[in-house]
Amino acid sequence: MKPAAFDYHRPDSLEEAVTLLAELGDDAKVIAGGQSLMPMLAMRLAAVDHLVDLRRVGELQGVVDRGDALWIGAGTTQAAIQRSADIDAAVPLLTRSTPLIGHFQIRNRGTLGGSVAHADAAGEYPAVALTLDAEIEASSVRGRRAIPAGDFFSGWWTTALEPDEVLTGVAFPRWHGRSGFAIEEFARRHGDYAIAGATVAVELDDDDRVRRCSIGLFGLAPQVERAAAAEAALVGTVAGDVRADEVGETAVSGLDSVPSDLHGPAEYRTRVGAAMVARAWEKALQEARNG
Amino acid sequence: MADVDVRMTVNGVARRSTVPPRLTLADHLRSTCGLTGTHLGCEHGACGACTILVDGDAVRACLMFAVQADDTEITTIEGIADRDGRLSVVQEAFREHHGLQCGFCTPGFVVSVTAFLRDNPDPSDQEIREALSGNLCRCTGYQGIFAAVRAAADALRATDADAGAAARDGSHP
Ligand SMILES: Cc1cc2nc3c(=O)[nH]c(=O)nc-3n(C[C@H](O)[C@H](O)[C@H](O)COP(=O)(O)OP(=O)(O)OC[C@H]3O[C@@H](n4cnc5c(N)ncnc54)[C@H](O)[C@@H]3O)c2cc1C
Ligand code: FES
Ligand code: FES
Repeated sequence: MKPAAFDYHRPDSLEEAVTLLAELGDDAKVIAGGQSLMPMLAMRLAAVDHLVDLRRVGELQGVVDRGDALWIGAGTTQAAIQRSADIDAAVPLLTRSTPLIGHFQIRNRGTLGGSVAHADAAGEYPAVALTLDAEIEASSVRGRRAIPAGDFFSGWWTTALEPDEVLTGVAFPRWHGRSGFAIEEFARRHGDYAIAGATVAVELDDDDRVRRCSIGLFGLAPQVERAAAAEAALVGTVAGDVRADEVGETAVSGLDSVPSDLHGPAEYRTRVGAAMVARAWEKALQEARNG
Repeated sequence: MADVDVRMTVNGVARRSTVPPRLTLADHLRSTCGLTGTHLGCEHGACGACTILVDGDAVRACLMFAVQADDTEITTIEGIADRDGRLSVVQEAFREHHGLQCGFCTPGFVVSVTAFLRDNPDPSDQEIREALSGNLCRCTGYQGIFAAVRAAADALRATDADAGAAARDGSHP
């Protein structure tokens, strides 16, 4: 047995789960699919005294159409997201990002809530949530709150969640009109975390002017980022007038803490990132034009 | 650190045990149940050698605790062949097409491919390669494994077509 010993709890409801977390304090951690937490426990990068299994918490399941947004329960597996036609219709970017996560055996257990709470800098779901201005909902004995994705990811594997909070679901706003969405990433092997990647959502008006656009970057900073300067420069321009490689260059120009590791130095990641933005931009634009 | 009662069905047999919470499902199957066909390569989700079916889904047995498998139905590599020992179509194809050498990775591949072909009976070459990406093999170079999956997919579809035709012309009891 590799992980350190702990006590196991399996609450049957959200109320029971948050009560447990309030009682157990910092020594407790929740487990959802375990696809990130188990490796950390096995390698003893993490140790807990109490593990709270969310498997039976029904409040974390389901998909709810809220009109202007689609709410997806934190406990929804990546595999279930991949299969859902409702999710594809309302939040196509989430569906398109899913096959890029790990392998099908991982996606059978990994959850939306776990991916967002784990907040890997190269995580596809954190990037999608940030790009679409999703709201991340959390509950504790102190009450419920909705955290805008822009305020949620705050550093290496760090989020705005308090230790006594359970992430209950994520509300993804629907985009209307002539919009297009794309995700592009580069990884050494299929299923690995990306060396760098980009997400793009764009909406055009009837004259092909950019009405709205969002560019997400992953693997390029301690947490997922938005390319705010590039977005601002694009809004109002006629879509075809801006070259995709320029969009890519502008998007990565403001980055100042691009990680370096055995896969390559920061300069290399930055170049890959710019190329991914350019590709995603072209794809998203193409889709919006046809819309 | 209190031990916990778990019940699960493993390859059709009901099992009840009391386990420490930190026991992984892989270790439970290997040590408590004596089913050593589930191999452990990396023990952190990277290699796929430990892949089993939990309620029909292919998952990493090293990335679950036994306590999380309470009340589930599990199939390991030992449950893939017929009860009388006849190899499954996938196993037969691995043998036929040199899909294994040392055999260490093979249980994970066979279980993964069994689930994959059940859900995607008519895969493209690209889909097969993608489905194999979650399992590592240090010996074969993957070409034999790929050929085995292609052959198994074709054989399973032919069997289904035969069964369908037989059912339609009433020649099957
Ligand atoms: C081989 C392999 C490849 C992978 N490749 C990728 C990849 O390419 N891209 C990618 O994004 N991910 C990848 N992953 C990680 C995978 O997507 C995880 O499933 C995911 O990051 C975590 O989801 P989980 O449900 O398994 O969470 P767990 O592992 O159970 O938990 C992860 C963390 O989130 C916390 N948590 C979980 N649920 C909640 C909740 N509801 N409320 C509050 N906190 C919560 C836990 O306490 C823990 O800290 C990979 C994993 C493996 C093993
Ligand atoms: S031993 Fe489970 S994936 Fe390697
Ligand atoms: S046959 Fe030896 S590792 Fe695959």
